[in-house]
Amino acid sequence: MKMSLINLIKRAAAVLMFAPAVAMAAGAALHLDKAPVSTDPAALQHGAKLFVNYCLNCHGASYVRYNQLQNIGLSEQAIKDNLLFTGEKTGDLMKIAMLPAEGKQWFGAAPPDLSVIARSRASGDGSGADWLYTYLRQFYRDPQRPTGWNNVIFANVGMPHAFWELQGEQRANITENADGTKTIALELVKPGKLSVEEYDKAVADLVSFLVWMGEPVAEKRKTIGTFVLIFLAGLFVLSYALKKNYWKDIH
Amino acid sequence: MTTKSQALLNWVDERFPLTSTWKAHLSEYYAPKNFNFWYFFGSLALLVLVLQIITGIFLVMHYKPDASLNAAGVPVAFASVEYIMREVPGGWLIRYLHSTGASAFFIVVYLHMFRGLIYGSYRKPRELIWIFGTLIFLALMAEAFMGYLLPWGQMSYWGAQVIVNLFSAIPIIGPDLSLVIRGDFVIGDATLNRFFSFHVIAVPLVLIGLVLAHIVALHEVGSNNPDGVEIKKKKDATGKPLDGIPFHPYYTVKDIVGVVVFLFFFSVVVFFMPEGGGYFLEYNNFIPANPMVTPPHIAPVWYFTPFYSILRAVTYPLFGLDAKFWGVVAMGASVVIIAFLPWLDRSPVKSIRYKGPVFKIALVIFVICFFILGYLGVLAPTPGRTLVSQICSVLYFAFFLLMPWYSKLDKVKPVPERVTFK
Repeated sequence: MKMSLINLIKRAAAVLMFAPAVAMAAGAALHLDKAPVSTDPAALQHGAKLFVNYCLNCHGASYVRYNQLQNIGLSEQAIKDNLLFTGEKTGDLMKIAMLPAEGKQWFGAAPPDLSVIARSRASGDGSGADWLYTYLRQFYRDPQRPTGWNNVIFANVGMPHAFWELQGEQRANITENADGTKTIALELVKPGKLSVEEYDKAVADLVSFLVWMGEPVAEKRKTIGTFVLIFLAGLFVLSYALKKNYWKDIH
Repeated sequence: MTTKSQALLNWVDERFPLTSTWKAHLSEYYAPKNFNFWYFFGSLALLVLVLQIITGIFLVMHYKPDASLNAAGVPVAFASVEYIMREVPGGWLIRYLHSTGASAFFIVVYLHMFRGLIYGSYRKPRELIWIFGTLIFLALMAEAFMGYLLPWGQMSYWGAQVIVNLFSAIPIIGPDLSLVIRGDFVIGDATLNRFFSFHVIAVPLVLIGLVLAHIVALHEVGSNNPDGVEIKKKKDATGKPLDGIPFHPYYTVKDIVGVVVFLFFFSVVVFFMPEGGGYFLEYNNFIPANPMVTPPHIAPVWYFTPFYSILRAVTYPLFGLDAKFWGVVAMGASVVIIAFLPWLDRSPVKSIRYKGPVFKIALVIFVICFFILGYLGVLAPTPGRTLVSQICSVLYFAFFLLMPWYSKLDKVKPVPERVTFK
C-alpha cells in the first residue's frame, strides 16, 4: 500500500518534470554552438571510450555492434580489452541491461537509444551535432530538480549531468528580459578534472563519435559518391556526343 | 541479321506481335522533332518508377512490418530499417535510392504535369492520356503516403494519424471508414501491415497498369509538342508525318542524355545529402514511433504540402458540417479538378507560345500560389499564414474554375502550319 503511494508520487513528479520540457520544445529557436565534428580516428576512438564509460549504462546503442568500431580504427582485441566489461562478445549489439520501462520509472522518461541521436536531434536551429555539443556543455546546478541538475537548452531534463566530474559544476545566472524570455548565463563555480578547453574537446570527440555512429557509412558514401559523379560526368560527354551524332541529319 | 536469328524472329512473330510492337511503339512511332527540355520528364518518371520497384524489391527482403518492440525496446520495423542501413551489404545505398527516389518521383511528375499545362497536352484528342495521368498522380500520392508509414518513425506515425483521422470527418461513414483504414482504433501493427501490403503489392500494380494505359493512349493519338500543332496533319507521300522522327533511335539517344543529367543531380542527393535538408528524410523520423508522445509540430512530407495547406485553409463549418470535412473536400477537389482541364480550357490554341497575356498571368499566379501553399504546408499555422493560404487556395481554384471564360476571352497569336525547329 505504502509502496504504491510512493510510486504514485513519483509518477506525478515525472509528469510535472516533463510538462515544461514539452512546452519549451514548441517555443523559440535555440542558440546552439557549432560543434567541431571530426572524422579523425583518434578523436572517434576517444569519443567511443567516453561513450562506453559514461553513456552506455543508461542509454543503449542497440543498432550498433561492438565490432563495427573496427571501422574507426580499433582492433578486435582493443575492443575486447577496453570496451567490453560484462562478458559481451564483440559481435554483440551495444545494448544495456536496463529495460525501457525501468528507465521510465527511474528518470521520468526512458533514456533514448543513442544509435541515431545525432540524426534525430537536427532541426532548423542547427545540426544534431550542434545540439548535442551545446547540450552536454550546458548543465548547471539546480537544487529544485530531483537529480540536482538542469540544462539550458533542455529545461528540466530527466538526465543528470553524467560528466560533472570532468566539467565541474556550473551555476546559472538567470536574468529576465523585457519580453518575458529568460537569458541563462553559466558560470563555472567548481572546476572539474578537465579545464574548460579540455572538456570542450572531450565533448567534441564524443559528439563526433555519436555522429559517426548515426551513420557509420557516411564517409564511405561520400567517397563512392565522388566516383559516381565523375563517372556520370564522363557518361554525359559520351551520351551527348552520341545524341549530336544521331541528330545531325534532323533539320 | 543472320538467317538463323531472322528465322527465330519470324518464328516468334508468327506467334507474338514482337516486331510489330517494337515498330508501333519505338522504331516507327513518330514523335515531333521539336521536343524541348520539358519533354525529358516523362521518360524520367518511368525511370524513377522502375528504380522504386527494383530498390523496393530489395528493401522488402530485409524490412519487417512489425510494430512490436524488440528486446531493446525499439519497434522491430524501425530497427529493421537501421539494420538495412548498417548490416545489409549495400543496404544503405538501396534505402537512400528508394527514399530519395520518392521525392525525385514527385519532382519529375510535377514538372511533367507542368509541361502538359503549358503546352496544352491535355487538349483534344489527348483527354484520356490526361485523365490516366491524373489517376497516376493520385495513385502515386497513395503509394507515397503508405510508404512513409513503413519506417515507423515519429513523423511516419503522426503523419498517418493526422491523415487517417481526416477520413473520420466524412459524415455518417467517416468513423467506420477510418477504422477500416487503420484496422484498429489507433495507428498500430494492423495499420502498418495493411499499409505495407498496399505499398508493395496493390498500389504498384495499379500504378503499372495506369502507366501502361497512359502510354498506350499516347501512342494511339501521338505526342503533342511545344507548338501544339498536330504533326499528323502534314504527312509525306509514304504517310509519315513531315515533322515526325522515329522515337527510336532519335529520342532514345536524347533521353539517355536526360537520364544521365538526372542521375547526376539524383546522386548528389543520394551520396552527399540523403536527408535532403530534413525534407526528404525528416529529422523527427529518426525517433521511433511513440504513440504517447505527440511531436510539437506535425508536417507532411514536402510533396503533399500544397494540398495539405488547402486542407488547413478551410476554417469555416458549412451546412452543419465540420470545417475539417470541408477541408478534406477542398483537398480532394484540388487534385481531382486537374482531371477536368481538357474541358475547362476553351482557348482556340493549345500551346502557351500562342496564348495571350491573360493565360500567362493566370499561370504565373497559379504557380506562385502553388509554391506559397507548399511552403506554408511545412510550417505551423498562425492566423496570418492561414489567411495567406486561404487567398492562395481561392486563387488555385480560380485558375481552374474561371478558365472557361478567361481562356476564351484571351487574345491569341496565329499558330504556324508546321512545328518550329531550329
